[in-house]
Amino acid sequence: MPPPLSWIVAIGRFLYDFIVGDDWTMAVAVATGLILSAALNANHIAAWWLIPVIVVLMLGISLRRASGRRR
Amino acid sequence: MTGLLPVLITTFLASAVEAIEMVTIVVGVGATRGWRSTLIGAASGFGLLAVIVLVLGAALSRVPIGPLRLIVGALLLVFGLQWFRKGIMRVAARGLAGIGGQDPHEAAEWTGPGMDWTAWFLAFKGVVLEGLEVAFIVVTFGAGANHLVAAVIGGVGAVVVVGGVGLILHRSVRRIPRSLLQLIVGILLTTFGTFWAIEGLSIEWPGGDAAIPGLLVLYVATAVTYITLERNRALGLRPAA
Repeated sequence: MPPPLSWIVAIGRFLYDFIVGDDWTMAVAVATGLILSAALNANHIAAWWLIPVIVVLMLGISLRRASGRRR
Repeated sequence: MTGLLPVLITTFLASAVEAIEMVTIVVGVGATRGWRSTLIGAASGFGLLAVIVLVLGAALSRVPIGPLRLIVGALLLVFGLQWFRKGIMRVAARGLAGIGGQDPHEAAEWTGPGMDWTAWFLAFKGVVLEGLEVAFIVVTFGAGANHLVAAVIGGVGAVVVVGGVGLILHRSVRRIPRSLLQLIVGILLTTFGTFWAIEGLSIEWPGGDAAIPGLLVLYVATAVTYITLERNRALGLRPAA
């Protein structure tokens, strides 16, 4: 890969590891939760509870998966 | 509006987590290869971090507060969840133990004249890599709370305190319970990330700012529950009914 392209790929990989980390499913769940919250709010339905519920559930799923991998 | 105190506490603790690793590297390199080049390397690293904070801070200050809270909240939420998860796993596995292990003493003592570029590079790399997460937290948290200066003071304050402890009591830095600090910061970042991201979508929290302590209680209870479950799992026990 020529230098300008390889630099962009390296920066992209760094940002991904930096922000998303080793469990991308949590980032996807947060993004989905925010989109759903916006949709609920647009339809005048209370949506403040959705992200906290997603955080609690996704942490449990991610921890369970991580401890399964360690065995 | 988030008050000054939560901004100071969160950025101080977040900075302290990374400063422990940073100071361990710098003190280890300085003690073995000499202080002059090590401190110049560390100062160069802090210089680069200061530029990053200034550029990012200036860029974020141009974004209107509504979209800014959504962007910053979502970023802090995703980033905070990483620390939250790692904190739970590490506290469950190691309790309140420090980072432990050996000092980074592999490099031979430097006796030559002029700059020791190995010491410079090791210190520079240690400060930049460990400090990048702090710079990110300081800028995003400061911008989200509209208290960037307080966030910088909190971040720099922790580096000064941990650095002072490291210079006076070399090996004590490794005994600071870094896993617990990481868990506390993960909970705080997730709490404020949740609050700001939802506020950024123009969704009202019941009770306004009073929802922040409520979220904090929920996430602390979540951490305690998952730490207990992780420990039981590690011991091969079933969770209590």
